[in-house]
Amino acid sequence: MAPILEVHNLVKKYGDLEAVKGISFSIEEGEIFSLLGPNGAGKTTTISILSTLFTPTSGDAMIAGHSVIKDPMAVKKSIGIVPQEIALYEELSALENLRFWGQMYNLSGKALSKRIDEILEQIGLKDRAKERIKTYSGGMKRRVNIAVGLLHTPKLLFMDEPTVGIDPQSRRAILESVKDLNQSGMTILYTTHYMEEAQELSDRVGIIDYGELIAIGTQEELTAKVGETDTLILHLGENEDPVFLAKNLSEMEGVLQANPTDHQVAIVTPSAEELLAPVVSRVNELGIYIYSVDMREPNLEAVFLHLTGRALRD
Amino acid sequence: MQIKKLFLIAIKDLRLIFRDRSALVLMLLAPFVLSIGMGALTGGFSGDNETGVSNIPVLLLNQDEGVLGQALVDVFTSSELDDLVDPIVMDDFAAAKRQVDEDQAAGVIFVPSGFSSSVIQDVGGPIDFNPLEISFYSNPTSPTSAGVLRSILDQFINQVQIGRISAEVIVGQLLENGLISPEQAPEIGMQVGQESANTSSDPPSITIENETSDEEVIDFNILAYMAPGMAVMFLMYTVTFGAASLLFENQRGTLPRLLIAPTFSAYVLVGKAVGILLTAVAQLLILIVGTSLLFRLQWGDFPGLILLIFAAAWGASSWGMIFAAFLKTPGQIGITGSAVMLLFGVLGGSFFDLSMLPDWIQVVNKITPNAWAVDGFYILSVGGGLSDILPNIFALVVMGGILFTIATLWIRKRGLARK
Repeated sequence: MAPILEVHNLVKKYGDLEAVKGISFSIEEGEIFSLLGPNGAGKTTTISILSTLFTPTSGDAMIAGHSVIKDPMAVKKSIGIVPQEIALYEELSALENLRFWGQMYNLSGKALSKRIDEILEQIGLKDRAKERIKTYSGGMKRRVNIAVGLLHTPKLLFMDEPTVGIDPQSRRAILESVKDLNQSGMTILYTTHYMEEAQELSDRVGIIDYGELIAIGTQEELTAKVGETDTLILHLGENEDPVFLAKNLSEMEGVLQANPTDHQVAIVTPSAEELLAPVVSRVNELGIYIYSVDMREPNLEAVFLHLTGRALRD
Repeated sequence: MQIKKLFLIAIKDLRLIFRDRSALVLMLLAPFVLSIGMGALTGGFSGDNETGVSNIPVLLLNQDEGVLGQALVDVFTSSELDDLVDPIVMDDFAAAKRQVDEDQAAGVIFVPSGFSSSVIQDVGGPIDFNPLEISFYSNPTSPTSAGVLRSILDQFINQVQIGRISAEVIVGQLLENGLISPEQAPEIGMQVGQESANTSSDPPSITIENETSDEEVIDFNILAYMAPGMAVMFLMYTVTFGAASLLFENQRGTLPRLLIAPTFSAYVLVGKAVGILLTAVAQLLILIVGTSLLFRLQWGDFPGLILLIFAAAWGASSWGMIFAAFLKTPGQIGITGSAVMLLFGVLGGSFFDLSMLPDWIQVVNKITPNAWAVDGFYILSVGGGLSDILPNIFALVVMGGILFTIATLWIRKRGLARK
C-alpha cells in the first residue's frame, strides 16, 4: 500500500532551540501510527508542521502526494486534526460549533446538515446538541472536539494526545472510537505519552525524545531491541533518595541498568523474578522504605528506558 | 467560498461577543450610566428641570456695534433660556475672567468690536468667510456647564454661517445678473442671511431660530452632550475586547484550528478584523438608537451619522488591531486597552470640553479616534451636515488605514499563530 504520509528530514528550530531534529518516517494508508514520547519531546511541533500550521526550518513532508510547504491548501483538504486542547467556542452550542467548523471545511447546505446529524449520532450528543459547550462535561467536550476533526471525512486524521485530562470512562470511549475510525478506513497519526494507548492502538510506533525519532517499528520489532530483559520498578516512599538507591543497586549481580526517577528506581534485568528477592533484601539493609514493586516483561516503556535511560513519564 | 468564510468568521465573533453578558454590560450599559452620572457629577449645578441642568451662570461682554452681537445677547437673555442659563451682561473682560476663575460663573462670552461688520461687510464679494472670532473663556471645574454654553454658542455661530453662505450665493447671483447694484448688496445680503438662518433645515438639540427675533427654541438634554463622548470611549473597550479575542483564540486553540482549515490565513485575519469592526458598529448603532428612543436625543443628519459611525468604528478598530499585533497576551491587551481607553477618553473629549484643554493637548489628541469622532458627533448634533464632518471622516478613515496596514504587516511577519 502507498504511503499517505512521508516525512523527510524534518527540522524545526525556535532560535537556538531545536524542537524537531531531522525526523523521517512514513505512514501507510489505513494504518494507526503512534508517536510515543514524553511531554516536550516534539510530538505537537511535528503535528503542527504536518498540518501546515508551522513551516519547517528545513525538510519537507508529503501528504496524499502534496508537499506541506509547496501546496499547503491541498494538504489541508486531505487532513483532519484533533488538537490536544478543546479548540471549540464555549459560548456556542455543539450544533453551532459543528456548523461553523463544517463551513470552514467547505461543507454547506443539506450535505453539512446531514453530516452533522451523523456525527452527533456517532458521538452520542444528539439530544444535547443545542446546549452551549460550556455546559458540557470534559468528556463531552472531548467528543465534540474529535467530531470537528471528522466532519469533512479526512483521509488522514491527526490526533494530538486526545485523552489528556479526562476520566477513564471517556478515555476508553475515545480509544474505541479511534479503532472504529481506523476500521472504517481512516489513517490515523496518534500522539501520546501513554505507553498503554500506543500499545493498544498502534500498528506501528515511532518513539520520539528531545526532537529525535529514536526508534520506529511494530511493537514486536521495538521490544526485540531490548532483548529478553524484564523491568523491575521499585516505588519509594516520599522521603527516600532514588539516586542513592539506584547507584547502590547497579552494583548487584543480575542488574543491567538501575535508573532513578521521581520516587522510583527502574531496574533492567534478564530475570525480574530471580532478582526480586535479593533486591528487596538489599533495600531493607539500606533502611529504605518501598511501598510497591512492579515486574514488567518487555514493552514500549522498557524500550524507551532501554534507549534513553529514562522512564517514559519523566 | 473563501470570501464567505471571512464573513462567517466575523459573524461568529459578533455572535460570541453578544453572548458575553459582562462584555455587553460594559459595551452598552456603562456608556448610558456614565453619561448620566457624569452629567450629574461634573455639571456643578442642580436644578428642577428634567435634565438636572439649570441656571448656568454666564457672563456676556458685547463690544460689537452691529446686530449680531446684540442677537447673541438676546439669545442668552431670552425667556426660553431663562431656566437654563443665568446671564449677566458686563463690560470688563478681566473682571469677568476673574469671576470665572473664582468659580462664580461657568464661562465668559466675549463678542469683539466689529464682529457684525466682519461678517456682513464682504457680502457680494468673494466667498472668503473669515470674520472676527467670538471668545469663550470657560471654567474647567464645570465642564458640563461649559459644554452647554459652548453648544448654545456653536449653534448661534452655525446659524450665522448658514445665513452668511446663503447670502453670499444669492447676492452674488443677483449682482452677476445685474438685478441689484453693489450698493444694495449689503442690505439684501442681510435680509437673505436672516431668512436662511431662520429656515435652516434640521432641528438640532439646541436651536436658535433667529438672531433678531425672540423665537428661540430650547430642547437641551444633558445626554446629548455626554453620550457621544461616552459612546466613543466605550467603543475603545469593545475593540480592545475584540483584539484580545484574537490572542485568546490562539491560547484556546481555535485560531490554530482555523489556520489548519482550508482557509487562507489572510482571510482569517481579515475576518477577525471585520468581526471587531462589525461589533463596534453594532455597539454605536445600539447606543444611538437606544438614546434616541429612550431619551429622545437628536443625533443629527442621518447620512452623516451613518458614515461617521462606520468611520469611528474603523478608526477605533484599527487601534484594536495594533494591540493584537504588538501585545502578547489577552491580559496585556486588557490592561493596555483599559489604560488607552481612559487616556483617549480624556484626550478625546469624553470627559471635558476640549476647548478648555491646553493647545498642545488639542494637537496631540488628533491621534485618538475619540477626538475626531466626538467632534463629528457634536457637529452633527448641533445641526451640521455630512459636508461639515467630512474632515473628521477622512481623518478616521486614514487613521484606520495606516494602523490596519501596520498591524497586518506586523502580524504577517510574526505569524498569526504563536507557539
